[in-house]
Amino acid sequence: MKPAAAESVTRRLIAPLGESSLAFFSYLGGSSLLLWQILIGFGALPWGRWVVNLALPWRWKVLRNDRKWQLVLDQMEKVGVASFPLVFLTSLFTGMVLALQTAYQLQKISAQLYIGALVALSMTRELGPVLTALVIAGRVGAAITAELGTMRVTEQIDALHTLSTDPLRYLAVPRIVALGVMLPMLTFYADLIGILGGYLVGVYKLGIGSSLYMNMTWNSLRFKDFFTGLFKAVVFAAIISTIACYEGFETEGGAEGVGRSTTLSVVISFILIIAADCFFTALFYFVFP
Amino acid sequence: MIEIINLSKTFNSHQVLDGANLDIRDGETMVIIGRSGGGKTVLLKHIIGLMQPDAGQVIVEGEEIFRLTPEELGRLRLKFGMLFQGAALFDSLTVGENVAFALREHTPMGEEEIQERVRECLELVGLKGVERQKPAELSGGMRKRVGLARALAMRPRVILYDEPTTGVDPMMADVINRLIKQLHDRLKVTGVVVTHDMVSAYKVGDRIAMLHEGKIIQVGTPEEIRGTSNPVVRRFILGISDNGEAKVS
Repeated sequence: MKPAAAESVTRRLIAPLGESSLAFFSYLGGSSLLLWQILIGFGALPWGRWVVNLALPWRWKVLRNDRKWQLVLDQMEKVGVASFPLVFLTSLFTGMVLALQTAYQLQKISAQLYIGALVALSMTRELGPVLTALVIAGRVGAAITAELGTMRVTEQIDALHTLSTDPLRYLAVPRIVALGVMLPMLTFYADLIGILGGYLVGVYKLGIGSSLYMNMTWNSLRFKDFFTGLFKAVVFAAIISTIACYEGFETEGGAEGVGRSTTLSVVISFILIIAADCFFTALFYFVFP
Repeated sequence: MIEIINLSKTFNSHQVLDGANLDIRDGETMVIIGRSGGGKTVLLKHIIGLMQPDAGQVIVEGEEIFRLTPEELGRLRLKFGMLFQGAALFDSLTVGENVAFALREHTPMGEEEIQERVRECLELVGLKGVERQKPAELSGGMRKRVGLARALAMRPRVILYDEPTTGVDPMMADVINRLIKQLHDRLKVTGVVVTHDMVSAYKVGDRIAMLHEGKIIQVGTPEEIRGTSNPVVRRFILGISDNGEAKVS
């Protein structure tokens, strides 16, 4: 091979690698920067006052008139309350399927008794947080990116700037706070509903005694099972909201651009959620055995 | 009031602004004309710091805006109002909430006072009783006027208009032109209008500047521009394409 040809081959092979790693690191940098700025905006919110107001029922009226609190509440409603039916269905069926599938296996060794423990542990440690996060990334993350992306391409984000309002404070912070609070809550519900699904199958289909099933469930659960699941949920919430806001703010190119960044937002969130789940499961496994 | 000095900006190796210079005086309405995609909007967005230039500066009342901290820039922007090409109303909010946006964010005004100001601004642009409607329910011309009302709410000293008459019918365009003229005559606000609509340019402009290939190639009163000897400007204002052929860019 001639040197010139070799060089061109090397160039063809290496250059795209360089470009894509450059793109990767600029993405990583950009989204981390966004998260950092959000956390700063987060700190700038009047947290202390909120906590005091939240603790005193007769001060709730003040909170209701607080515009920033109102923004967060609106998002909590959109993100959390409105997602509940979907999370309910997903986790109920997952719990039922889990009970049936394990029954199929455990029947062979006459160990159906352990279905309760198995369902409870898999729901709280793994399926509750991960399935809820994936459902929310698809339902809420996509909606956030599409909304912010549309605002970007119709110059509404620019308009916020001209009205001396920081889009990060006005748009991103309420969403990340709302997701950070609501995703763990939804996950907690998903855990309980999944266990309920397993119970329905275990007791009414497989004929395990009701109190026996409940005993197997509660005796197998430890606080750390719930806790590690909820901890994961907080991490997943940060992933979903950061990626969704970043993709939204970085949208360009009209309707097509909004579609592109919405797809990217969901895809990247999915990958990061699975990767983070693997990482934290391993971490908890070795750190808190 | 506003000085634009040697402003340059490149997008993906396409030089949009190439050392543009322009001086906008206090209280005048400056119209910037030029071809579509020629960087007029980019120039306008630099004035309010929505874009960062590659080189050059913009000085507003003695302050170099690209050197300001975000807080200082935010404070400076309160003196500005901007009307966007597509109005850029927040579609999750009602018309009233749109107009009241900056008042709620930046003033300690009470709810009644805000409502009063909102009504006043909407009346100024000839709209009544639309406060509760959503932007999506309005026509294009109405949206532009609501956008103007929102820009007026903080009683700005400078208003930037991005293609105020594009996309509305000729009669609505005339209404908007009259509004710009009125704001200038009655409220003494400084206006910067970006347009390629020559009817509008002659009607509202105290002075007209032509942006061509990233530079301001001529500045003058509407009469001076009408009687210009510059061939590029002449072709633009008379609407004659280069070599009589449609040039696609």
